[in-house]
Amino acid sequence: MSNSQGGNALLRTSTPGDGSVVGGGAGTAPSPARRPRRRGDWRKRAEITLLAGPAIVVFVAFVIFPVVMAAYYGFYKWKGYGVPTDFVGLENYITILQDTTFHDALMHNGFIVVMSLVMQGPAAVVLALLLNRKMRGRGLIRVLIFVPYVVSEVIVGTGWSLMLQTTGAVNDLFAKIGLEGWAVDWLSDPDVAIWSLMIIITWKYIGFAVILFLAGLQSIPEELHEAAAIDGASYWQAQRSITLPLLGPTVRIWAFLSIIGSLQLFDLVYIIWGQYVSATAGTSTMATYMVLNGRNAGNYGFGNAVAVVLFLISLVIALTYQRFVLKRDTEGALTGGKK
Amino acid sequence: MAASAVQATPAKLPAPVRRRGKSLDKVNPLVYVVAWLLVGICVGPVIYIILGGLRTNSQITADPSGFPTTWEWGNYSAVLNSSLFWQQAGNSAISAIATTAGVVVLGVMASFVLARYDFKASGAMYSLFAAGLMFPMTVAITPLYIMIKNLGLMNSLAGIILPQIAFALPTTIIILVPFLRAIPKELEEAAAIDGASRLGFFFRMVVPLSIPGVVTVGILAFVAAWNSYMLPLFILNDDTMYTLPLGVQSFASQYSVDTARVLAFTSLSMIPALIFFSLFERRIVGGLTGAVKG
Repeated sequence: MSNSQGGNALLRTSTPGDGSVVGGGAGTAPSPARRPRRRGDWRKRAEITLLAGPAIVVFVAFVIFPVVMAAYYGFYKWKGYGVPTDFVGLENYITILQDTTFHDALMHNGFIVVMSLVMQGPAAVVLALLLNRKMRGRGLIRVLIFVPYVVSEVIVGTGWSLMLQTTGAVNDLFAKIGLEGWAVDWLSDPDVAIWSLMIIITWKYIGFAVILFLAGLQSIPEELHEAAAIDGASYWQAQRSITLPLLGPTVRIWAFLSIIGSLQLFDLVYIIWGQYVSATAGTSTMATYMVLNGRNAGNYGFGNAVAVVLFLISLVIALTYQRFVLKRDTEGALTGGKK
Repeated sequence: MAASAVQATPAKLPAPVRRRGKSLDKVNPLVYVVAWLLVGICVGPVIYIILGGLRTNSQITADPSGFPTTWEWGNYSAVLNSSLFWQQAGNSAISAIATTAGVVVLGVMASFVLARYDFKASGAMYSLFAAGLMFPMTVAITPLYIMIKNLGLMNSLAGIILPQIAFALPTTIIILVPFLRAIPKELEEAAAIDGASRLGFFFRMVVPLSIPGVVTVGILAFVAAWNSYMLPLFILNDDTMYTLPLGVQSFASQYSVDTARVLAFTSLSMIPALIFFSLFERRIVGGLTGAVKG
């Protein structure tokens, strides 16, 4: 009960940008009022510092600063002890960009980005629509469908790699139901391994998409569906012309998070295929390449350079996406959803 | 008396009953089949892990996809009797609870500033945190490792808790800011008339009113910290300091022949996050509603 109320209240006021717009307005107005209220002004500043200071310090120290340091270390040949002194300029970057194993990793990341969107997106929309219907046991079904998302990557990796072994449960199950032909070398055959990875990724992360879409569906006013029902629209007509367009912004935010997550994928690959096998099995990613050739090889300068490349690729894709895809959402809002 | 009661009940009940009945009727039985089929796909591998812990190794080798024929509780009791498991569960609990507490306290304070104060840098501050959303830990891990080493926090829980707090802040702030902004201005004015300062308003009104949002971000932070893998992999290097994910992995490689016990260890380590999430699943969907539309 209180949830849905909270949700509705949120809806009305949840544009992150509007705070700064209000702030801008206030910034021009106060000049007459400012002089007598200087004390209050000082106090306000102290409060802002006191309340926001700790979060900013922790965030800058442990998120922003390391990224900046990566850019600095990336120009050195450095084993991680003391101050880096062996400046090599762009050598690390040239090595990375010429390394065919890095090209492979980049290709795998690209494949994972695209296939994650294709495999999870439509399925998650259908699932969210399904779970949004009033049906018996809905609460239980919802909880159970999110189980894979809550289980840690290590558990998922350990469990699935046992099941997908050549003599594991999956091949055994196929044999039992008369599909021996389907039994393959799930984890080590380079033609199959990346699809196994995609299946595991879909299984693991689709719950997150469903949660987001369910949250998005909750903010679509019930009245629209009632109106559509009065106008004689069928369930599917209503979904197609009301729900899907209104769910658009949520889907686009999910796609953004999914792309970024796919580009940085590390845990599952590293857990299932370990340090060395991922490259031969055709599942290596930029992040496993970074850890293998950076920290594990003791080449911290090189590892940081890979981090910078990964950062720049993510940044370019993120900015492009925001510029061309997420921008539509603000335009839609301004033109009153004419579309 | 009786008559009026009888009269009153039907008058009150029909509306909800009819509504529920109608929409339930409309749901095609096929929808249930599909829904429970999906549930089976989602839960199957987890059940496999849990049941596998109840079998013997020879059963697993002979019939990998079968059900337990004899219930073998020895694997579970062996794990539950090992001090290493409890040590690692304790480490995970400390890491997850401290991370959650840190994220909630720092996140609520910063979100309050972003939601309720008008100041020039507010937009820039929001963008700073929002930018963090684009970069999970992968990019920062190598320099972060060096930094933790220089701070002397290697192989300590503090060395994973502090970065976990920092990396959970963006999501927290993005979810909480719309929540706190939705608290009506009138409430703040009323508090001011009653003589409460802005900070008084924060502690007496904002903190209690933001509980639903705080629960959402708290659960997300808890589950993320409980499951965290990459950071502990870099920072912790001694199995008495390991959190459970690392513990599972090292246990799995150490006892790779004892599959049943590995499965028992694995299933015991996922219980807390599962319980936590199941209890609060509704809250998470509710709490995300505002953030998603943002």
